[in-house]
Amino acid sequence: MHDLHVVDLSRLQFALTALYHYLFVPLTLGLSFLLAAMETVYVTTGKEIYKRIVQFWGKLFLINFALGVATGLTMEFEFGTNWSFYSSFVGDIFGAPLAIEGLMAFFMESTFVGLMVFGWHRLKPGQHLAVTYLVALGSNLSALWILIANSFMQMPHGAHFNPATMRMELSSFTDLVFSPDAQAKFVHTSIAGYVTAAVFVAGVSAWYLLKRRHVDLARRSFRMAVLFGVLATAGVITLGDALGFVGGQAQPTKLAAMEGMWKSEQAPMPFNLVAFPSQREQANHGAIQVPYVLSLLVTHSLTGTVPGFDVLERQAATRIRDGIPAVAALQALSARPGDADALAQFRAHETDLGYGFLVQRYAPDVTRATDAQVAAAARDAIPQVAPVFWSFRVMVVLGLAMLAYFVLAVIYTMRNRVERKRWFLKLAVWMIPVPFLANEAGWLVAELGRQPWTVYGVLPTWMSASTHGVGYMVFSLVGFVALYTTFIAVEMYLMVRAIRRGPDEEHGTVPLGDSRQAALPAGYAEG
Amino acid sequence: MEMYAVLQCTWWLLLGILLIGLAAMVGMDMGVGTILRYVGRSDAERRVALNIIGPHWDGNQVWFILGGGAVFAAFPLIYATAFSGFYVVMLLLLWSMILRPLGFEYRSKLPSAGWRNAWDWALFVSGLVPMVVFGAAIGNLFRGVPFHFSWNLTSTYTGSFLGLLNPFAILCGLLSASMSVFMGAATVMNGATGAIYERARTLARLGALLAIVLFAVGGFWVHGMDGYVRVAGPGAGVAQTPLQQQVTLAAGAWLGNFRAQPLLWLLPALGFAGMLLGLAAASARCSHLAWWLGAVAWLGVIGTAGVALFPFLLPSSSVPAQSLTVWNASSSQHTLLWMAGFAAVFVPLILWYTSWAFYVMRGKVSAEDVAADEHAY
Repeated sequence: MHDLHVVDLSRLQFALTALYHYLFVPLTLGLSFLLAAMETVYVTTGKEIYKRIVQFWGKLFLINFALGVATGLTMEFEFGTNWSFYSSFVGDIFGAPLAIEGLMAFFMESTFVGLMVFGWHRLKPGQHLAVTYLVALGSNLSALWILIANSFMQMPHGAHFNPATMRMELSSFTDLVFSPDAQAKFVHTSIAGYVTAAVFVAGVSAWYLLKRRHVDLARRSFRMAVLFGVLATAGVITLGDALGFVGGQAQPTKLAAMEGMWKSEQAPMPFNLVAFPSQREQANHGAIQVPYVLSLLVTHSLTGTVPGFDVLERQAATRIRDGIPAVAALQALSARPGDADALAQFRAHETDLGYGFLVQRYAPDVTRATDAQVAAAARDAIPQVAPVFWSFRVMVVLGLAMLAYFVLAVIYTMRNRVERKRWFLKLAVWMIPVPFLANEAGWLVAELGRQPWTVYGVLPTWMSASTHGVGYMVFSLVGFVALYTTFIAVEMYLMVRAIRRGPDEEHGTVPLGDSRQAALPAGYAEG
Repeated sequence: MEMYAVLQCTWWLLLGILLIGLAAMVGMDMGVGTILRYVGRSDAERRVALNIIGPHWDGNQVWFILGGGAVFAAFPLIYATAFSGFYVVMLLLLWSMILRPLGFEYRSKLPSAGWRNAWDWALFVSGLVPMVVFGAAIGNLFRGVPFHFSWNLTSTYTGSFLGLLNPFAILCGLLSASMSVFMGAATVMNGATGAIYERARTLARLGALLAIVLFAVGGFWVHGMDGYVRVAGPGAGVAQTPLQQQVTLAAGAWLGNFRAQPLLWLLPALGFAGMLLGLAAASARCSHLAWWLGAVAWLGVIGTAGVALFPFLLPSSSVPAQSLTVWNASSSQHTLLWMAGFAAVFVPLILWYTSWAFYVMRGKVSAEDVAADEHAY
């Protein structure tokens, strides 16, 4: 039996480590492509300034990349260490995209990143450019496979439960890979990475322009970044809408949480611009509504409706009652593999197996579940609304703000006015944290909105964790907090230091106490 | 059904290949980390050693990630049971491993001697600890690990952290660390000259010598150890859970496969031959040959362990009947087939571009190059 404190601590640990990892990943995704674009300009024009541009941003890329790789290791361990039941229950499906990510993407990215850094003197310009593109391709393919895995959790496609092995198994690899959720989510997420990189490069360049340092490099970088950024932001918003459309159909409870829909409404449904959802009262306070908009947003029509939590909770209760015989049949099959009656009973109810697990949290023997226990489990099927509702709004508002910022930036930079608008340059610097916040908010919407499930409708979160004591979880949490706090301090220090030093100087590879080497002229390597 | 059994065996073999790749490629980088403070006395010397593997450590590390991913995809019950059971050990492994990318990337970014010294210690820890844990984990497979399953295959580990540090596991951990020191030292010899080269040569010989002794002692130990034997239950190629078999323990049973198929003795022989010839090659200053012989030794050692345990992957010491085997812990036929297809395409591709990367970066690294290259670690 699972200790529910352990489940909560496992969730906290996963959220902290994933959100932390996700601070570094989007910048890697976007900056790798921006580097490739910059290097393309270098190789086609042959202008040295672009080589310096690539090498400078490459240096910042690597400081970020190292921590992305390091914290990615944690994610691979964590499914096994903290979520062992999840791993064995859906590993047949979920493990495959993770392994393919290693085979197809991460290997390529990591092997070529070494050549990208060390290969400047050994590779011809065209070869080095190809290497840079392979790094970008690798990091983006990596995101693709990770998001295919994640989409299985959001919208389980191409899988079935096998009573002979007591776990979910893959029925169709192509259904898994071509899940509509995976497609929309990959494009939305990877482009969000491009936005992140564009804001970062534009912000750092703006800082140089404000300080009148490295003006040529900063001006060119700024222009490339904002052009890249305006297209990417438009793409993120479009795909975000598509993802909402796909996801809303697959996960009505997440959609209802994003919109704070406690009660089902008639078409055309109003949109809650602002509201303060109360989980206890199952209602919103202080809602400011815009008529018609919700129907347009989530159904792309004026006549469409989606269910609120009143309907969704009733549906969950029905499915829980239908899932109880499925769980009971499985228990019988575990004791007597191949029992024909139990198998028939399981087959009749298997679509609601996950809902049966939902009530097992309250009634270990599901056949004796009381009405109150079923009602409690049905109430659990509603995620915590306020954090999902607000994360979603934060993400959207920041996304729209970035779009406005990039549109202005493109106008100013195309008219060569940006250096005279000091307020805008200052704004650009202050924009740097914005995409990071939006990315984190997006993660929260996706993952908090899916609760109480790890695999939507299939496996409840409460069952997914490992059977540890609380002591283990506290031990690991303390360790991660200590290490990760140190890491981020070091990373930020090195990043800010590298930015302050700028592209022209040696960046701290000054050898210790060896005057002969220290006497070598700076920039020798580039000659 | 036959197809499923073939796929299960294929993935058992592939897992072995990935583990050998992991041991050779990640092991050499970790070996360099372990010996960094000894082969490099000054900062400039340490930077030479670091920059020999500088262009490659990142790609090499993916062997580790791929190994983990392959266990997850092909043997999910092993991944789930082992990672949660070995909890504290896994965290020590993880925490030491995540220091490594930062050690490489951040160490030389600041000129402070204290800063660099601290990262050198971090690289030492992140080189030595994972290799000891890697070996100790394999060692614990021979002893069995206390875990059992509920009706729905929720695994519970009932042992302690210290139980995983038993003498046989420590022996295996030291064996794996010695081999990684050998590989790391051979790698440093490949890329360094002068005093660094000489110190690496000393360590390569020491590593090989220790590995020979430890492998021999380990073999003798296993000879008398209780091994696990499946006596009943569904066999290869049948969809099953670990709740359906019977297992007994018998002294010396881990050598059963070798007795049944004497050709398999070639594997431990290969292990010894690789180490002995590797020792000779290092002594004769043929460092590239020594590295390859080290890889052969890994093939022999990991092959020996895998064959001895087969078909067991993770025996349970508390409820032996619930031991995990190739037959009851593997993924479904459908998943194994798709994964085999991907592996067939991408593993050769990986070997090809990894070789190209080593070819591009071939040659010696000098302190002058390192100091002059603003991209160097």
